[in-house]
Amino acid sequence: MNNPYRPYPVVIDDIIVETDDKNLRTYHLKFLNPEDERAFQFLPGQFAEISVPGQGEIPIGIASSPTEKGFLKFTINKVGKVTTYLHNARPGEVIGVRGPLGKPYPWDKLEGSNVVIIGGGFAFTTLRSSLVYMLHPDNRSLFGDITVVYGARNPGLLLYKDELFEWEKRDDVTLHITVDATDDPNWKYNVGFVPAITKEKAPSSENAYAIVCGPPIMIKFTLPVLTDLGFPPDRIITSLEMRMKCGIGMCGRCNIGTEYVCKDGPVFTFEQLSRLPNEY
Amino acid sequence: MFDYTEKIREIARRLLQEKKVDGIIGFKKGTIPMMNQPVFITSPDRVELLHWDSWCGVNLANYLPKREGRIGIVAKGCDTRSIVVLSQENQVQRDQLYIIGVPCRGMLDRRKVWEVVGSADVKGIEEGNGKVRVWGNGFDLKLERSELLQNNCVICVHRNPVVFDELVADEVEEQSVDRYEDIRNIEAMSSDEKWNLFQEIFSRCIRCYACRNACPFCYCPQCFVDESRPQWVGKTIDRTDTLTFHLLRAFHMAGRCTDCGACERACPVGIPVRLLTKKLEKDVKELYGYEAGVQLDERPPLDTYKPDDPEDFIK
Amino acid sequence: MKRLVLTKDELTAWVRRMTEGVKVFAPVAVGDYDEFRLVDSDQADLIRWSYQNTRLSPKGLFHPQAERMFKFSTSKEDPEWNILKEVPKDFSPRVIVGMRPCDAAALKIMDVNFDTPEYKDPWWVRRRKATTIVGLACTSPSSTCFCTSVNSGPFDTKGLDVLLVPLGGGRFLLEVVSERGEELCQQFGPGGKEADSEAIATYEELKKKAEAALVPIGDLSPFKERDMLEFFNSPIWDEVQFACINCGVCTYLCPTCWCFDIQDEVYESEGCRLRLWDSCMFPLFTLHGSGHNPRAEKLQRVRQRFMHKLKYYVDKYGQGVACVGCGRCVQFCPVNIDIREVIRLMLVQCECAV
Repeated sequence: MNNPYRPYPVVIDDIIVETDDKNLRTYHLKFLNPEDERAFQFLPGQFAEISVPGQGEIPIGIASSPTEKGFLKFTINKVGKVTTYLHNARPGEVIGVRGPLGKPYPWDKLEGSNVVIIGGGFAFTTLRSSLVYMLHPDNRSLFGDITVVYGARNPGLLLYKDELFEWEKRDDVTLHITVDATDDPNWKYNVGFVPAITKEKAPSSENAYAIVCGPPIMIKFTLPVLTDLGFPPDRIITSLEMRMKCGIGMCGRCNIGTEYVCKDGPVFTFEQLSRLPNEY
Repeated sequence: MFDYTEKIREIARRLLQEKKVDGIIGFKKGTIPMMNQPVFITSPDRVELLHWDSWCGVNLANYLPKREGRIGIVAKGCDTRSIVVLSQENQVQRDQLYIIGVPCRGMLDRRKVWEVVGSADVKGIEEGNGKVRVWGNGFDLKLERSELLQNNCVICVHRNPVVFDELVADEVEEQSVDRYEDIRNIEAMSSDEKWNLFQEIFSRCIRCYACRNACPFCYCPQCFVDESRPQWVGKTIDRTDTLTFHLLRAFHMAGRCTDCGACERACPVGIPVRLLTKKLEKDVKELYGYEAGVQLDERPPLDTYKPDDPEDFIK
Repeated sequence: MKRLVLTKDELTAWVRRMTEGVKVFAPVAVGDYDEFRLVDSDQADLIRWSYQNTRLSPKGLFHPQAERMFKFSTSKEDPEWNILKEVPKDFSPRVIVGMRPCDAAALKIMDVNFDTPEYKDPWWVRRRKATTIVGLACTSPSSTCFCTSVNSGPFDTKGLDVLLVPLGGGRFLLEVVSERGEELCQQFGPGGKEADSEAIATYEELKKKAEAALVPIGDLSPFKERDMLEFFNSPIWDEVQFACINCGVCTYLCPTCWCFDIQDEVYESEGCRLRLWDSCMFPLFTLHGSGHNPRAEKLQRVRQRFMHKLKYYVDKYGQGVACVGCGRCVQFCPVNIDIREVIRLMLVQCECAV
């Protein structure tokens, strides 16, 4: 019987420090067994449990896109026991990946629509996966206009900076990079909170879905902006975080009402959330 | 002890009507025989819920740490001592509280009733004249109250509240007893015998933490068993981990435990956890001549330094 | 439907025969309460056929409190360093004898959690497949029991393979309920005689009497019909939560509580990944790494337990409430929080809303 608790062994191929405060590192992981890699079929929005034998497991959104072959990318924030261990790990260490888990963004609905992506801070991981996926030559024509607003507290805290600056130059995606504040005189992008920039750039809600990921405070202020722009709750999508252990809807801890964030989520529309207890 | 109910209600009604307190912590009659439920009454018209009998063993001081506002609380002798300790530790202020003191002749232990009736279902219980009538399908017995007392009540030396704002009845006579006979018996055992005894006693522990949570002094925001960096104690029912939890918890009670028995009472599998805490109580008494929770303005020995503190254990 | 009558000696002999072929678990006295333990042929006569119920539910036989899931080496020199390997376990056929119908119904309630179309818990599923359950009907339910109010009953056969009914006078009626029960009887003949009409009449009468002894706690259909948020936002929770001390007694004794934690333990260079019972009553249960806790307040945790058992489970699986009325939480909650009382408050709140 397939054991859903057993992780695929992977080796840490590379670790890149993403942010100036060194609290976020991106891990480039390679499967030890090619058949595991073949079995790991995922879509952007899904997550995996990164398993560190001896420390524990953590649920992390998959930052790489299924169009990127040969490796998995995860961006991990240092908050606790497992993540601190990972931040001190070196390439060559063998860990585990269990997944793909959770429901991805609703790609069947997003195809044929315009997509507005709004991200804040280090919640941009699965959004990177989504962008790379959509911008891939095989997929780009499936989607309409793609608009992105992504911000962080300051330039040093932005994720995937090299890729962001490249995307900003492209004409098949409208990318608004912003920071809350900066004292860098050479900063050529926006300055302002993500909700404010969203309001300013006013992406159209016509035939569009909005995907919003970020700290609760950012989501709280972005929601009314999107509502004013004409996005109904069933077309505003978010991805939630919860303390998780099993990741497969069995240990019972990550529920919001009847829904397990690990199995019925982590992707929810705001319409779905409005029908659930406000306990997340 | 049976007219205490009326008196408690009367005091509670008065306090709430005169708005002297925001609420009163007391007991309401349980849904099953031999149990009562702690309740928080905030309005005079709910005062009729308050109830008192010999099954009010829960230590209501457990609901005090970090509680705000002016609170009335129904407290037996051991409970008032707990309030004194909580006050010394700044978990609650004495002047926040209106202590409704209950002079107590001991609470009863339903496990002792079960021992007599076996696994038969107790349908009702009644008390009077030092006897307890217990009945169910096919049995109707009159038992001696004195044989059903909770273990801590048998050797209680503080039946009367040590601090209170009002008493519900006249003080009762204190008893003079040897509190440590069972402890001395264990102290006389060899190391191996002690180890085996404790392994045996704690083998049934299911790590539910009812003992810890029922105790008024276990109010740490993060208990040491829940720490993960580093993880001090494993969370399985491994015997060593379980014994570590109990031993360390007992050590944390040194100089604080007032032997209210809430821990033993809460345990779903009947472990005599007080064997550990009483040992610490005995040691503190012998080393520092100190009894927990009796004097509000005293400092406990483990948070003060006195030049004449015993040091013969420093080798 | 095969029905036999056995004497107590015949019953004990039947169990003894079983112990010689498969593992048998039965309720025995351990100290002052009963527990399901492995019995060998010498211990078959220790089985407590007249017990009320075990203190801890038999869920521990399928979902142990501590389960080693995997082991691994943390030594870098080991070629299989950090690779998780399954811990060999015994899934050989076994029989549980003397389980009460409520506990057997509880196992079916837990099945929907561990055995899903997308994911199957390998240990639960294999243990369930390997186990035959011989139940024991309750002829004198306790005053804390309420199985008939929650889709079960003292003689209910849900989840059982064979049902034993104590007829009095040292005799037991044996009823084969399922194919697996039939197989058990083929493998180990129970002996006894075919049940005559008098035995069957006694059985019917005892069943009626036992069911009548249980006081119904109310009509639970509002849990299916009314909206989740109506119960969630009800003002009753403030009153319900006060006494709770957030220990784990209700969750650990409950036959339908399944929540668990996963932790790694390492000793020198050997590690293992464990699954442990956990409880929604503990604040740590939902604590995020960031420090945010969606259920930081005691009221939220108390509400979660009852909402899960009585509403979320109903909505999610459409199989009724996740409570079998065994009464363990009612008896052993240190502060007498009574689920029957909570159910009443939740339902009363609804009537007012109409």
